[in-house]
Amino acid sequence: MRKVLFGAVAALAFAAAPAVMGAEEEIHLPKQEWSFNGVLGKFDKQQVQRGFQVYKEVCSACHSVQYLAFRNLQDLGYSEAQVKTLAATYEVQDGPDENGDMFKRKAKASDHIPKPFANDQAARAANGGSLPPDLSLMTKAREGGPDYVYNLLLGYEENPPAGVTLMPGMNYNKYFPGHQIAMAKQIQDGLLEFADGSPNDAAHIAKDVTAFLHWVAEPKLEARHDTGVRVILYTLLFTILAYIAKRQIWSRIEH
Amino acid sequence: MSTEKTRLQRIFEWHEARLPLVSFVDHAVGTKYPAPKNLNYFWNFGFLAGFMLMTMIMTGLFLAMNYTANVNMAFDSVERIMRDVNFGWLIRYMHFNGASFFFIVVYIHVFRGLYYGSYKSPREVLWWIGVIIMIVMMATAFMGYVLPWGQMSFWGATVITNLFSVIPVVGKMITTLLWGGFSVDNPLLNRFFALHFLLPFVILGLVFLHIWALHIPGSNNPLGIDVAPGDKIPFHPYYTAKDAFGLGVFLLAYFTMVFWFPNALGDPVNYVKANPLVTPASIVPEWYLLPFYAMVRSIPNAVIGVAAMFGSLLVLFAVPWLDTSRIRSATFRPIYKILFWVLLANMVMLGWCGAQHPEGLPLVLSRIGTFWYFFHMFILLPVVGWIETPKPLPASINTPALKPAE
Repeated sequence: MRKVLFGAVAALAFAAAPAVMGAEEEIHLPKQEWSFNGVLGKFDKQQVQRGFQVYKEVCSACHSVQYLAFRNLQDLGYSEAQVKTLAATYEVQDGPDENGDMFKRKAKASDHIPKPFANDQAARAANGGSLPPDLSLMTKAREGGPDYVYNLLLGYEENPPAGVTLMPGMNYNKYFPGHQIAMAKQIQDGLLEFADGSPNDAAHIAKDVTAFLHWVAEPKLEARHDTGVRVILYTLLFTILAYIAKRQIWSRIEH
Repeated sequence: MSTEKTRLQRIFEWHEARLPLVSFVDHAVGTKYPAPKNLNYFWNFGFLAGFMLMTMIMTGLFLAMNYTANVNMAFDSVERIMRDVNFGWLIRYMHFNGASFFFIVVYIHVFRGLYYGSYKSPREVLWWIGVIIMIVMMATAFMGYVLPWGQMSFWGATVITNLFSVIPVVGKMITTLLWGGFSVDNPLLNRFFALHFLLPFVILGLVFLHIWALHIPGSNNPLGIDVAPGDKIPFHPYYTAKDAFGLGVFLLAYFTMVFWFPNALGDPVNYVKANPLVTPASIVPEWYLLPFYAMVRSIPNAVIGVAAMFGSLLVLFAVPWLDTSRIRSATFRPIYKILFWVLLANMVMLGWCGAQHPEGLPLVLSRIGTFWYFFHMFILLPVVGWIETPKPLPASINTPALKPAE
């Protein structure tokens, strides 16, 4: 009886769901294979390095990754010297000095990667009024996560479907909520040459830069998975022992 | 060797004679607390709730050491915890998911009480304290969700604090007190942080009262009948052993979420820093508050809506008297048993509705659900108590009860 009733109510609720969803168009995101998914998922360091190259040469013109420091790049397999050399190619503002003046100096490994614009207003002014969001947490800050970011990068359509009028300065994207996105299509075949000679078609470039962005968003993912396996094994052992102990203790009485 | 042991024992006894700490614990949850021997695994959840309270206090303490309660720095300080603080990611994910698991455990605990009639005489005060704990938990969780100062933190705080403004006469004053100004801003974040730190200790105090009130009549049991002293067993080692096993199973689920799906229960929008100029597409609270959110939005009149939301919690205080049946356990109450499962399904449905836009079918369902909730509490509980013919009760928990018809 209870099962029937529960089932009826649940069926009612779920049968209703599609009818409601109809009001808001549901965007289907094709799922991708990611090395960081799964119980022991890890970042593919080469891939993330390539993604960093894409960020550096393309995305960083407009987008910041404010929570990423140069020193973090050592986690990707770059040596300390390489990171210092890379940091030194950037300039950051420091100060004030003893005269009270701000000054520019070469970036150090401990500095965060400088933002492309001094402030949001400058970013908007350079981008037709739209603010390019910071990308540090992008793969966690959108429904669909890395799959969303990957598909969005490739989801541009030259001509919007019939009946859709784009607002000035907007581009049509299959995966962007509302479909009108200020960012123009960036990722295309042969956009750049990877330092390691990997394939540089649009799909590979989008995948690599998405993997990089997920590493920026969740830099402790590998430690989390490693620790998780140990914790689960320990807890499993504890649970089994607790069960045996419980059985043994309860065998002393009739119950 | 033996003399040394005796000396230690003497010191221990000297101390116990002056402050009987150990025997206090022994009486509370040890060998001196007799519990019915037929408690099932649903009786694990009280212990699990206490365990989660301590987990939240411990992880929260270390988060507080690294968190900055300022609108310009809060979000960044959380990201610093996630990136630069040793094991910060672990502490934060345990705390963040811990809130959800605390609610899962407490909701099961509450529904267990509803099923087995644990609120009935002589446990009414025990039940009251439990309801107070649940309400304080909700307030604490809501304030905690505001602290990272993401988009949902900000807009959730805006929506919920505005709810208070519709209360006649004092509403505006309450809202101003919560805000510390004329909008949701830095003063609110500061007082929410202070309160979020304080309230868990209020809950801890209430938990002591809850356990104290439990010890006066002793634990209820799945049959809901009074238990002869001969049918009781010491809490330790029997229920400590059973709770330890239950804890292990619980931790497996909790840790799976913490280590592999740490953000599954959160809203992605909260990884965007709060922006008072940009409203998210939909403002929804965390899952554990969704049924109540559905209630408040189901009623067009704001005052009545807010009254319904708070009323749905306050009515729980009256449940021991609204339920007119003297039979505790639903096992012997054929009609109430069905109503219990309908009520549970109704809460799940309301939770689903709370996550949807309040229009079309979700709005209709949340109205039905809200109506049903109060209909259950105010009409069905008393009426069913009067008209229902309960199944025969066993004389003791050792006598085999009549096998239920299903």
